Formats: sequence, C-alpha cells, structure tokens
Amino acid sequence: MADFGGGDPEAFRKEVREWVDANFPAELKSRPNPMMREERAQPSEAQEAWRKAVGAKGWGTPTWPSQYGGGGLGSAEARIIQQEFGRAGAYNPIGGMGVMMFGPTLLEYGTEDQKLEHMPLICRGDVQWCQGFSEPGAGSDLAALQTRAEDKGDHFLINGQKIWTSGAQYADWCFCLVRTDTSKKHEGISFVLFSMHQPGVEVRPIKLIAGNSPFCETFFTDVKADKKNLVGPLNGGWTIAKRLLQHERGGLSGAGGGGMGGRSLVDLAREYVGVDAQGRIADPDLRTRVVQHEIEGRSFQQTAVRAMLESKGNSGPSAATSIMKNAGTSWMQLRQELTLEIMGHQGLGWEGDTFKPEELGAVRGWLGGKAFTIYGGSQEVQSNIISKRILGLPDLTQHN
Amino acid sequence: MAVLNEEQSMLRDAAKSWTQEKSPVTAFRKMRDSGVEIGYDAKAWNEMAEMGWAGVIIPEEYGGSAFGYLSIGLILEEMGRNLAASPLIASGVGAASALVLGGSDAQKSEWLPKIADGSVVGALAVDEGAHHAPEKVALAATKSGAGYSLSGAKSFVIEGLAANLLVVSARTSGQLGDKDGITLFLVPADAKGVSRKRLALADSRGAANITFDKVEVGADAVLGAVDKGWDVLEKTLDRVRAALAAEMLGAANQAFETTLDYLKVRVQFGQVIGSFQALQHRAAKMFTDLELARSAVEAALQAIDADSPDVPELVSLSKAKMGDVFHLVSNEMVQMHGGIGMTDAHDAGFYLKRARAAEAAFGSPSYHRDRYARINGY
Repeated sequence: MADFGGGDPEAFRKEVREWVDANFPAELKSRPNPMMREERAQPSEAQEAWRKAVGAKGWGTPTWPSQYGGGGLGSAEARIIQQEFGRAGAYNPIGGMGVMMFGPTLLEYGTEDQKLEHMPLICRGDVQWCQGFSEPGAGSDLAALQTRAEDKGDHFLINGQKIWTSGAQYADWCFCLVRTDTSKKHEGISFVLFSMHQPGVEVRPIKLIAGNSPFCETFFTDVKADKKNLVGPLNGGWTIAKRLLQHERGGLSGAGGGGMGGRSLVDLAREYVGVDAQGRIADPDLRTRVVQHEIEGRSFQQTAVRAMLESKGNSGPSAATSIMKNAGTSWMQLRQELTLEIMGHQGLGWEGDTFKPEELGAVRGWLGGKAFTIYGGSQEVQSNIISKRILGLPDLTQHN
Repeated sequence: MAVLNEEQSMLRDAAKSWTQEKSPVTAFRKMRDSGVEIGYDAKAWNEMAEMGWAGVIIPEEYGGSAFGYLSIGLILEEMGRNLAASPLIASGVGAASALVLGGSDAQKSEWLPKIADGSVVGALAVDEGAHHAPEKVALAATKSGAGYSLSGAKSFVIEGLAANLLVVSARTSGQLGDKDGITLFLVPADAKGVSRKRLALADSRGAANITFDKVEVGADAVLGAVDKGWDVLEKTLDRVRAALAAEMLGAANQAFETTLDYLKVRVQFGQVIGSFQALQHRAAKMFTDLELARSAVEAALQAIDADSPDVPELVSLSKAKMGDVFHLVSNEMVQMHGGIGMTDAHDAGFYLKRARAAEAAFGSPSYHRDRYARINGY
C-alpha cells in the first residue's frame, strides 16, 4: 500500500489534527479505552459520539480497504493517526476481536458478499465479535473440538459448548469453529458466523483469579448459522483458524516496554527500594535481575525491528517472528512479578484506599498476566511449533 | 540477519566459503595438536590479510577498505562458526581502532598500512588481573628524558605472544581505578625491557602475560592525549567487545546447529532423540535466545558504524546477552551429545572452552550488566 500516494505527510498530519480537535469530546481526554473495560456494556453519549465519528472516517481501521469501510490508507498515514490520537489524549474506539482477528481473516478468506456485509460494521464499531474456538476438551489441542454443526439445507444447526470466549457477554456476532465431519479431525472442522442475539445462545461470565470476568462459558442449543455465513470451504476451517491464530499471536507479543505502559521497573525500584550512595538500586540482587530484564526487553525490541526490516528486505518472512510470542509473554510476566516484588507488601493490596491505583493495578495485572502464556497457543504449544516447523525436529513415533 | 548491502553480502559469502574450505574446525584441531605457541596458523592469517580482512575498519588512505564494523562482524561470525583462530580481533579491530580513534597522522601512517596488510599484528595490553577492569591501571609511565619509562605488568593479553605492536594503557597520574590519569602508549613488542610469557589457556588461543621493566619510549609513542587516554580506550574496547560478540554469535549458532543435527540422527528407545519433547523445548529456548542475541549483536555493530551516542549501552547489552546465550548453548551441546560430547575427538569441547574464554574476555555478562545499569543511571 502506498504511503501518501505522493502526497505530503505534514498536510495529512494537519488534517488529522484539526479533525481530532473538532471531533474528540473533551470529557474523554486521557480516559482509558472503554473497549478494554467492563464499562463497555453501557457507553456514555460522548463515547458513542466518538465511536461513530471515527467509524465514519474509517480511521479506526486505517489500513483496511475503503470499499469495506476502512480508511484505505498506508502504514505511514496510520502511524500519523495513531500519533495524533495520542497527542490529543484520545483512544481508538474501534477495536476488539473483529478488528484484531476476524477482519484480517475475512479479508483473506471471505467472499466479496461476506466482506461487504460484515466489514463495514466492524469498521464503524457497530458490531462486536467474539471468538468461538476453545472448548472444555479442546484447549491446546484445539482441533479436538466437538461443537456440532448439522446441515439443514439453507442453514447449519449448532449444538455444543465453547469456553474462554473473550467478551461473549458484549458480543453481537460469533466467528466459530464447528465440527461438520466427525470422521476426520482437522479436516472435519468448518468456520461459520452467526448472531449471538438468537434463542439457544447462553453466556455465563467466568470470574477469574484477578477478580474480573473477561471470559465466558458459551452454550449453543439449536443455534442457527445461515449457509451464506460459512467462510471458506466446508470442512476447510482449520486452515483459516491457523491463519487467524497468527493474527492473534502477533497481537499478543507486544512486549519490550511499549506493550505494558506504566513506569519502568527502574523508576519503581528507586521509589520502593531506594538507591545507594552511587545511585544504584539499593538491593543488589534485585538490581541484577532488573538489569537482566531490561536487557531482555531491549533485545526483544531489537528483534521486532530486525524482523520487520528483514520481512521488507530480500529474505522473506523472518524466522525471528516465530519466537516473538514466547519471548514477549515471558518478558511481560517477569515484569509483573518484578513489579510486585519491588512494591513489597504495598504491591499485594486487593482493594481499599491504603493502596494507590498503580499498586492495585500491579496485583491484578500480575494475576491476569498468568493467562499470557496459556492463551493464543500456550508456551508449550509455541515451543512445539518452533521445534517442529522451524527446527525440523520430528514427531514421536507411537509403537507398542 | 541484518539486511545487507551488496559489498557486505559478498564479504560474508567470501568469509563463509573461505572458512569452510581453508579453516574448518579440523584446521583448528590441527593447530592445537601441533602446539603452535602463538595460537593460530600464520599461513591462514596471511591468507586472511591478503583478502583484506585485517583492513576492513581501516580508512582507504591507510590501506584499508573502511567497510565498517558490521562488515567485520560478518567475517567474524563466519570464523566463529568454524572456530577459526586468528589475531583479527586483537589487531584488525583492537589496535586498528585505537589508532584510527586516537592516533596522530604520523602514527596512523606508520602502523595502519602494516596492520591492514597483516605484516604487523597489534594487541591491546589493558588488563592487569583475572577480571576485565580497564580502569584498574597500575602499570606506571614516568617521565624519562624527552619520553617515558614504563614499568608494570599486563595479564591475559589476547594475541600478546604474536603481537609486534602493543597498545598499552599506563598510569601517568591519579590512583588505581581512576579513569583520569590513564595514557595509551604504542610499544613495539621487541622493545628493551618487554618480556612475555605464553599462557596456555583452555581454548588453545593465543594469550600472554607481559611485563614491562623500565621500557623507554619516546614522547611520540603516546597515543592521544596524556592522562586522557580513557576516552579512546573505552571506545576501542567497545569495538573489540562488539566484534568478539559477533564471533561468539557465529560459534553459538554453529554449536546449536551441530547439536540440532545430532538430535535428528541419534536413536535411543527406538526413536531419534529429537522427537522427545524434553529436548525439543530446550532446543526451542536456545533458538529463541539466539535470535534475541543476534538482534543485540547486529544493533551494536550498526550503532558503531553510525557513530551513535548509545554505543556503550548497546555494546554492553550485546556482550552480556551473547555471553549468557553462548554459555547456555555450549553447555547444552555437551549435554545433548551425551558421552560422545565429553570426548576430545568431538568438537563440542572446543565450543565449550571457547565459550568461556570469549565470555570472560573484555567483560563478562556480569560486568556488562553492571555497566549497562550504570550507563542508564541505576
């Protein structure tokens, strides 16, 4: 995609800045993105106005084609939009599973009619999507899924249970992996879309160790999916699922500082642990581990840059991308552990005014972060992928 | 692997084919078994010099090609893969960088062309103890006539036995540990009062302890400014550290690939052992670490070429990370090969020994973690 099509980046920046100044409601300035919080169920008027304004421009999905509701822009322009939103203290109100995972997948595998029907609604934030993948018996071994889809002529009838469905309680539509052939494992899976607002859909939020409920159990009893909402060929869903998981993993590895926000560990250590006469973190054992973590984060960032340059350069996709999920999530979890250790007892508060929001956030973040190495392909599954696909190590042969 | 320009690609390809053909690990083994005291094969070094490798960071006006540090890193990575022993780091990076950064026109004209063509081997005589600590300089240079008299000792001088030219850090004022008061001197290794003792180290590479007993040098032997040698010394050391990290990157990658090949052929319990998940996940961890280390090493070399202000922290980052990763990979190489990896006939031991020697040289991971933190104010 061309950047600026020969146009002037500064003129575009000016255009974005003026538009944001004119359209971003002042009361939302520097407020967190409601997409990330449970308050998304009842958005305020200002939040709704901002969503509609950004959605109408297509700037929430700036690089998606404009015929499907996207901005039709290049990556340099997308970066300018992001920078200008950041400058104004504005969040991108268009997001969620539809933007991160489903949209890119539909763009690749959907029919023209499917793209025209679903993508503009995602770009405007009118429809929220959830992902019906994992089941109680199909976690790391996702292809063991059993939710059945029965062919009823013009539609499928779906029965089964999904679990760890992110945001199912807020979702309007579901992209779902269903079994359409029980005689085969991977080749018996199809990728279908259906509305969550229909009889037979039951959603039960799951309370997690961090006290919140970002995931649900989702039950389907005689739920209907129109045939026109089968994506890809019948029994060809596994290929699409694998591709979609790549989008998911790409989104999950944002470590190296930027992904986490908040203060650096060094800053926190200066405050909570103190420094010695030479200005060094006073606890030498902790200092060593903080430095090690900083070095690891920096080399992760350097690898992200290198992988990007290599994929643009002559050599095709970089092997380095395969390591990003494990390296990034381990790094983030260690950061959360170190944050807690640095804060001491003050970092263990569950609620109450004895604790600063930053401290309460640390403990909840630490608990919630345990999921990083479980979802989107667990650490162990990722290690299997690296050893088999990249390193060419063989499967175990079964014998008696 | 960094995105390379045409000349860098050619250099890397040349280094790859030359080391595979002329200086594989069997050549290193032969050198070790022959008991060559200088720790490398002089004939192979001549060939390297003829290909211009010793002059890669030297300006063209002094007989070099000025391709830069990423370029010499590519050569060193290929040499590291095959454990090719040579004074390229000590001379073509160490002595050459000190002269380029701090030398007078006369000093550059005298020495750089000879370093570039390989006829002079230079070495850095910096450390005075078992741990890298370049500010701990006790070797004293006192005024003597129009010049100086040097007395003291340097230890673990890499390629110290082969060197014709020593770049010596000496104290001209201040206390042990002060960065001020250090002066660099160019001392011919055959100067009166210089005596050298060969060190036989586990990695079979060249090193020496060197004593200086009232070694008389002229005022023109001072490299850079009197008492202000630290700046050039530190910059020179950073270039050497980054170059060494590049050699370690190549060696660690080869150690890993050799191990991976073995996992695919060694059969136990009716399976190739590479099908065992316990080994697969350790292999995946090593691969992950090697990718991160590659990024750190290339970023440091590129920063030097760009003369970026963050060279010191990026170099410490790369030497710390690379040291840790080579340490891990060399241990796993022996462990995963099992008994055969314990035998002298197998190459695993060479990689293990080189890993520790390279790790300790010019600052261990612990040294560089501490330096990285200090540079960043904690």
